[in-house]
Amino acid sequence: MPAVELTGISKSYGPTRAVQGVSLAVEAGELFGLIGPDGAGKTTLFRILATLLLADAGTATVAGYDVVRDFRAIRNVVGYMPGKFSLYQDLTVQENLEFFAAVFRTTVRENYALVAEIYEQLAPFKNRRAGALSGGMKQKLALCCALIHKPDVLLLDEPTTGVDAVSRQEFWQMLGRLKARGITIVVSTPYMDEAALCERVALLQAGQVLRLDTPEALRQSYPWPLLAVRAAHMHPLLQDLRAYPDTHSCYAFGEAAHLSLTHATPDAPAHLAAYLTARGHAAVDVRPVPATIEDTFMDLLQTHQAAPTPQP
Amino acid sequence: MSASQLSTSAPTAAPAPRPVIVCDRLTRRFGDFVAVDAISFAVAPGEIFGFLGANGAGKTTAMRMLCGLLAPTDGAATVAGFDVRHQPELIKQHIGYMSQKFSLYEDLTVRENIRFYGGVYGLRGAAIREKTTALLGRLGLEAERNTLVGSLPLGWKQKLAFSVALLHDPAVIFLDEPTGGVDPITRRQFWDLLYEAAARGVTIFITTHYLDEAEYCDRVSIMVDGKIEALDTPAALKQQFGAATMNDVFLHLARRAKNVD
Repeated sequence: MPAVELTGISKSYGPTRAVQGVSLAVEAGELFGLIGPDGAGKTTLFRILATLLLADAGTATVAGYDVVRDFRAIRNVVGYMPGKFSLYQDLTVQENLEFFAAVFRTTVRENYALVAEIYEQLAPFKNRRAGALSGGMKQKLALCCALIHKPDVLLLDEPTTGVDAVSRQEFWQMLGRLKARGITIVVSTPYMDEAALCERVALLQAGQVLRLDTPEALRQSYPWPLLAVRAAHMHPLLQDLRAYPDTHSCYAFGEAAHLSLTHATPDAPAHLAAYLTARGHAAVDVRPVPATIEDTFMDLLQTHQAAPTPQP
Repeated sequence: MSASQLSTSAPTAAPAPRPVIVCDRLTRRFGDFVAVDAISFAVAPGEIFGFLGANGAGKTTAMRMLCGLLAPTDGAATVAGFDVRHQPELIKQHIGYMSQKFSLYEDLTVRENIRFYGGVYGLRGAAIREKTTALLGRLGLEAERNTLVGSLPLGWKQKLAFSVALLHDPAVIFLDEPTGGVDPITRRQFWDLLYEAAARGVTIFITTHYLDEAEYCDRVSIMVDGKIEALDTPAALKQQFGAATMNDVFLHLARRAKNVD
């Protein structure tokens, strides 16, 4: 039995079609990513799974329970961390945790082992009001409060947005340890590097699943020959690469530009290097490179956007 | 500036221009806590300057001082030629600012927002009309001129907010995590706007949590516990710390932080 299953889920807000016919299943114990920008439908899916919002069409289950019929049962087995900080700002760190434990008819002591590692980092601030915490600490407290009733399924809506790279890395290490305890985790993120840390991901755009697969399969599915191109100055490099006749697409990718070609030729790197050098670029370096999930996502977005989509 | 200038795009070599931002041991204390600890650096006209640091490192406090919103406790800084301590109002008139929480009014149309901010920045009717036409043309938003900003896609709002912050032709624009929440293509399109503005001579001062974006800056500073621990081109920083990416450089430095969240 899947831990989470969506079948043909759709939801509109007035004329805005937030989610359009989404079907997917998350296995028990899986770390599953919903990857996409704002407006892709991530939060709507989480709210439906957390029984806070009714879908217009389709069915969904969490831990085998139906989100409509069995909503009370789901609330006991799901831990939900909304994207917007939703704890009580004027309660202290400790009071918030005790409150959430009490609501679920348990105690902090009973399930402390599950949150101990995270809560110990918050302990020096346990008498501080939650509203006065920094972003990273708020995020850790919210995770503790979502875990304190020992849920089977954890729903995390953009837990790392606006959080610095060090805290993001620590957060993902924590998710790995929670997964090791058998908790199913569905997590959304706009950061493509975090998609690689999931076992499977769904790439979402405009309320639809563009593709669902393992990170490795997503990388492998990239359909174009791909080159990493470096030169002294990125902006003129991008402009000249876009004007190159064999270019299919060209995007900045950290220190290199990723250039996909319309067709593969063995001498493409040498040919391109000569083209760039002739246009005055210094320190030109061209080499084939394997695609990342971000390359695949951008290619899907480009294909998707090329087709006319009816706007409400 | 690196020695390898690109002949086709770089302007002809000229004497080093006067920096647009100069910090000299700029310091801000809150009680006993030193949020910004004697930072010193200079940013050149047209430079894209990445201002990085972990949450709590002091970036926001430093940026508020440079925008004339918070007086320094010690040290000095000038922005666009004005002193942050003595001329904060002049600074506000001569800089652009955009944050992740847009400054645009959601329940005004695109055109109304432009007109409003043009007025705030002291532009007259004819100048506002002229700038509005140019801005809408550059962004390809002519058809959306009477659309409420609240109903625009996030990526368009970001581009519009950036352009509106440049309406009064400021020498420098401060961008506080401008690209959050958009898809990877839209995020890169935003960087095209930054490159174009920088090529026109606008100085770009930007914070971001996307460390691939740090690679697109001319120079990057990394703040740790109120101090600037590293400042150089991305290539030089990677070499200095023996790191493959700016992400690794950042993790290496930020892990030493004591003022962690």
